Amino acid sequence: MTIADRWLLPDGMDEVLPPQATRMEQLRRALLDLYDRWGYDLVIPPTVEFLDSLLTGTGTDLDLQTFKLTDQLSGRMMGASADVTPQVARMDAHSLKRNGPARLCYCTTVLRAKADQHQGGRSPTQVGVELFGHAGLDADIEVLRLALTGLEVAGAGETHLALSHIGIYRALVHAAALNAESEYALFEAIERKAFNDVDALVARDVRDPALAEMLQTLPRLYGGQEVLDQAREVFAGAPPAVAAALDELQALCRAVTANHLQAEVYIDLAELRGYQYHTGMVFAAYVPGYGQALAKGGRYDDTGRAFGRARPATGFSMDLKLLASLIESGPRGDAIWAPADDRATLTQAIADLRAAGERVIQALPGQRVGPREQRCDRQLVETNGEWRVEPLA
Amino acid sequence: MSKQLILALSKGRILEETLPLLADAGVEPAEDFGKSRKLLFDTNLPDVKLVVIRAVDVPTYVQLGAADVGVAGKDTLLEHGAEGLYEPLDLEISRCKLMTAGVVGAQPTHARRRVATKFVNVARRYYARQGIQAEVIKLYGAMELAPLMNLADEIVDIVDTGNTLRANGMEPRELIDEVSSRLVVNKASMTMKHERLKPLIERLGRAVESRRGETQA
Repeated sequence: MTIADRWLLPDGMDEVLPPQATRMEQLRRALLDLYDRWGYDLVIPPTVEFLDSLLTGTGTDLDLQTFKLTDQLSGRMMGASADVTPQVARMDAHSLKRNGPARLCYCTTVLRAKADQHQGGRSPTQVGVELFGHAGLDADIEVLRLALTGLEVAGAGETHLALSHIGIYRALVHAAALNAESEYALFEAIERKAFNDVDALVARDVRDPALAEMLQTLPRLYGGQEVLDQAREVFAGAPPAVAAALDELQALCRAVTANHLQAEVYIDLAELRGYQYHTGMVFAAYVPGYGQALAKGGRYDDTGRAFGRARPATGFSMDLKLLASLIESGPRGDAIWAPADDRATLTQAIADLRAAGERVIQALPGQRVGPREQRCDRQLVETNGEWRVEPLA
Repeated sequence: MSKQLILALSKGRILEETLPLLADAGVEPAEDFGKSRKLLFDTNLPDVKLVVIRAVDVPTYVQLGAADVGVAGKDTLLEHGAEGLYEPLDLEISRCKLMTAGVVGAQPTHARRRVATKFVNVARRYYARQGIQAEVIKLYGAMELAPLMNLADEIVDIVDTGNTLRANGMEPRELIDEVSSRLVVNKASMTMKHERLKPLIERLGRAVESRRGETQA
């Protein structure tokens, strides 16, 4: 290794410098305070834990995303957390065992073995909430509204909320009773919205003509809220779970339009993100200028079963690093410059200003860099034995 | 990302066959591509722009949101992986086949079959599915040469007429996939610009259908 290489960071690992680090920390505090006001308790999950508990019921994607290491004390495999959600589910099911709804929030940096396709980095800072123990729509509405409120706090203006419900596809495909191979092919085609492929697969594998038409129409049901009305017509003869899912989506739309004016709703009934663990509504919030969702969430009932206590759950998470980039904050330039002087009167004056919330930078003896380079706009000046704050000369 | 739409088109044959479809859907470049060295083009619509790039780069542009929509061959999408992309339309242009091919009559003798291709991921997946251990050798062109020079036992490549294969004493063997060009759409764009994109997709779909009608008639 040459000296020139020593500064090099691994792919996807980033350091956060001022002023962005300050911005991230301000936002972290603002969001955790917000969650606290909505009744969510903060938890801090472990950075590393046994693989068995990290990877319960989450599917293979998370397995590939997890950095692995051996615990030399027990000989067992450990993983560095790549997603906080299953950890928080374990804390709810096993460590807390609360009766009734449990509201938990977190803000933790996780590690990802593979950077995602958007080059989002391999060490995102995940911030989010989970609401356990309530299977009803009102819990979903609360979580969705908290996600949107968080985005407003972060400075997102125009927001596009993509809503879907896993229950629709699940009910239709269950009714079609496909074998595993055709079901996978259909799932994959619907996820890609590949209309021609979906049509061909349905024509080949689904015998019931009414059901075939519904499955063919599903990927074409995307757009504004009018999609829900179209869906009512298309799915008139569908299993009852479909109508229930549409009712839920309608209620979610109403809650969003009534309370979040800056959010525009986009419905995509074929969005199947996290199909392996999501069980109800799923949402993602997009902001212009970003090619990826800033917040993702949804319902994932039955979580915690592996830890002995199945609980309904709903929640969302966001990447704090990405959120912090919504507002470009310049470096602060409002500090007060104090001379290098050890008189007690000055020490007291500085302490008073700091107690009042001012940023005071005291020069160090022999320092050649001046107040402007240290981003001060005022200075402490002594007149008649008294220290006063004056503008920089 | 403003409300303007960026379309990423693949250079070459795909571009030539895409432009008439786009014209049917109401999008026409404001100037002649052939006479320009520009890469970003205006269209007859004020808020729609075209970028013309190498076919292999189209999925990347669309995936990362640098372009909202793109036209790419299925071969490129299979090789690149279509994660995070919608693929709503088969444009039914630039059709060909993704196939394995080898020297006429020659049986692969190595325990590990040596396969020369530019479709590294496709080849690896295909041979694994067949239960064949394959050693994939990445080449950038003139695949047909590799078996003749004993660099590889088979190749995986696009086969159109098969003339190049025959001219070099080779034969097409197994079909891996039928290839045609697809319309791809970025997921975030679809969410935020569906009011513009949905009509565009529908118009293009109709253009494809009417052309299909013509070729059959």
